[in-house]
Amino acid sequence: MTKKLTLLLSAALFASPLAAQDLGAPIGAEQRVERVQVEGQDDAEGPLRGTVTDESAWSDIGIAIPAFATDANRPTPANEAGTAALGREISRVITANLRNNGLFKPVGPDSLPAPGFPQITAPTFDTWSGRGAEMLVQGYVRAREDGRLVVGCYLYDVQLQNQLVREGWVVAPGDWRRAAHKCSDLIFSRLTGESPFFDSRIAYIAETGPKDRRVKRLAVMDSDGANHRFLTLGSATALTPRYSPDYSKILYLSYVDGNPRIYVYDIGTGKQTLVTENRNPTIAPRWSPDGRFILYSMAVAGNTDIYRVPATGGASVKLTDNPGIDVGGSYSPDGTKIVFESDRSGSQQCYIMNADGTDQRRISFFGGRCATPEWSPRGDQIAFTRIAGNFNIAVMNTSGGGLRTLTSGWQDEAPTWAPNGRIIQFFRTERNTGRSGIWQVDLTGQNERRLPTPVDASDPAWGPIRP
Amino acid sequence: MNTKIAMILLLASATTLSACAKKAPAELPPAPQETAAPTQTGPQVQPAGPQVGTQAHFAQAVGSSTTIYFDTDRYNIDSQDAAALQAQAQYFARFPQLTFTIEGHADERGTREYNLALGERRANAAKAYLVSLGVDSNRISVLSYGKERPVALGSDESSWAQNRRAASVIIN
Repeated sequence: MTKKLTLLLSAALFASPLAAQDLGAPIGAEQRVERVQVEGQDDAEGPLRGTVTDESAWSDIGIAIPAFATDANRPTPANEAGTAALGREISRVITANLRNNGLFKPVGPDSLPAPGFPQITAPTFDTWSGRGAEMLVQGYVRAREDGRLVVGCYLYDVQLQNQLVREGWVVAPGDWRRAAHKCSDLIFSRLTGESPFFDSRIAYIAETGPKDRRVKRLAVMDSDGANHRFLTLGSATALTPRYSPDYSKILYLSYVDGNPRIYVYDIGTGKQTLVTENRNPTIAPRWSPDGRFILYSMAVAGNTDIYRVPATGGASVKLTDNPGIDVGGSYSPDGTKIVFESDRSGSQQCYIMNADGTDQRRISFFGGRCATPEWSPRGDQIAFTRIAGNFNIAVMNTSGGGLRTLTSGWQDEAPTWAPNGRIIQFFRTERNTGRSGIWQVDLTGQNERRLPTPVDASDPAWGPIRP
Repeated sequence: MNTKIAMILLLASATTLSACAKKAPAELPPAPQETAAPTQTGPQVQPAGPQVGTQAHFAQAVGSSTTIYFDTDRYNIDSQDAAALQAQAQYFARFPQLTFTIEGHADERGTREYNLALGERRANAAKAYLVSLGVDSNRISVLSYGKERPVALGSDESSWAQNRRAASVIIN
């Protein structure tokens, strides 16, 4: 009898942690990319004469991006054909980055001659001007003795026959795409004067299955859709992820214990903890810009308000106290203000308050509803879901003026900003089928496109530039 | 034997309730079939049909009143909801051993997080009404699914009306 009881107890002990488990294998902690000096012409400094600030003109710049060279074709885990083939792949990634975002008209390595290694620092400008290229991106890959890769990236003005910028990085073979993104960012920033955004990741929800039994898994990918990983297995519905500013954690909602609750998922260890020990449902998680605080919304006896808790745990502070639904919240980049959504006036509208909850005031007064506001990383704009018949992505200034609707789908929801505040991602749901995908549009409302994901996708959350 | 009598009474009252059925969205799932006829009395075989403690038993007893429906963005208990919740309260008074969850839902025409909060609000409105009718609040848990679990799959007014709901579900 005692034996049986013990058996039962130990079975229960083993069963309970397994019962509340939906996590896949951890993907490992975020790695830093090391910058290195790369050799080149000595005239990299000085005024930038090729700068183009007019948006319409950017896309007309012809950029040639031939295959990156290698000093010697060596085997690398990054490419089974060696560093020469890897160099071509890097050029393809850069070409796709610049083309897919509608910024430039790049010509990639597959229709260009491949320069040799010595030409990387001394381009044959006549060849490129003869092809009508205004800008030239060259680079190289070198496999080091320790197996890591050195990638050099050079941007030349073909007409002026000089080097505009160069930079180099050391990456683990598995991180070779990051070097391509860093190079894309270098080119983009130098030619536009804007902050970089390519070397960043997106957390989102991968969706499969029928509309009434949708399987929703936490997933992550690079800004171009590569390096896709599922983080949860799908036995519990996962929703609304948010990357921490340092990419070490993801906040998200999971029904893993049967109730909607926010968890802090540690990317390095693959373990997760509740954002707050509380029996009430918690939803709509958000980070403060410095990663020190977490906002969450909690329903107590049916009424939802916004709370703040230190990211390291501790006591929560209630920021809103209102019989209406107060939910979400997005910090201004300096951390002093929060824009959030409330239906205290009857329907969903956007409000701003100080970070301590004081001075709450409505800013949206343009008809329709204002939901899921997200403060731009640049600070001057707020993106939101505008509900006026259909759901569309719109932006306004921080006083609620300057409304501009950027999309025109049937149901476009939940904007998230690129790290540089120039592009907005959101998810679009199809009428009737309920199928969803992640889309992006730039601030001008141009260059709308769908991101490639292995399955349907929703709730994108764009992280900052990676360290 | 006592259970059997209770069952018979219950079925009788279910018949009465469904007779005075009111509104409910245009396209509802088919009403539960009336299985055992209340005239069958006397010492015979076990009554066929679902057992107490199952959702099927609850549904058989109260009919479509397991679920109440809401207008867009609303969570108030109107007279039809009140009648349905009264039927539920009677059932839970007869079976005091039962505990249950009220699942709050919203239609797809709301943003995800707001709908989670709205489902929570609807489920709690139903719970508060049941508690006011004498159901012990400790027997009732609430759970919001927002727009994550629609029952009607179309993107039209009739589907949305069926999805804006608070459904009482027996905990086994």
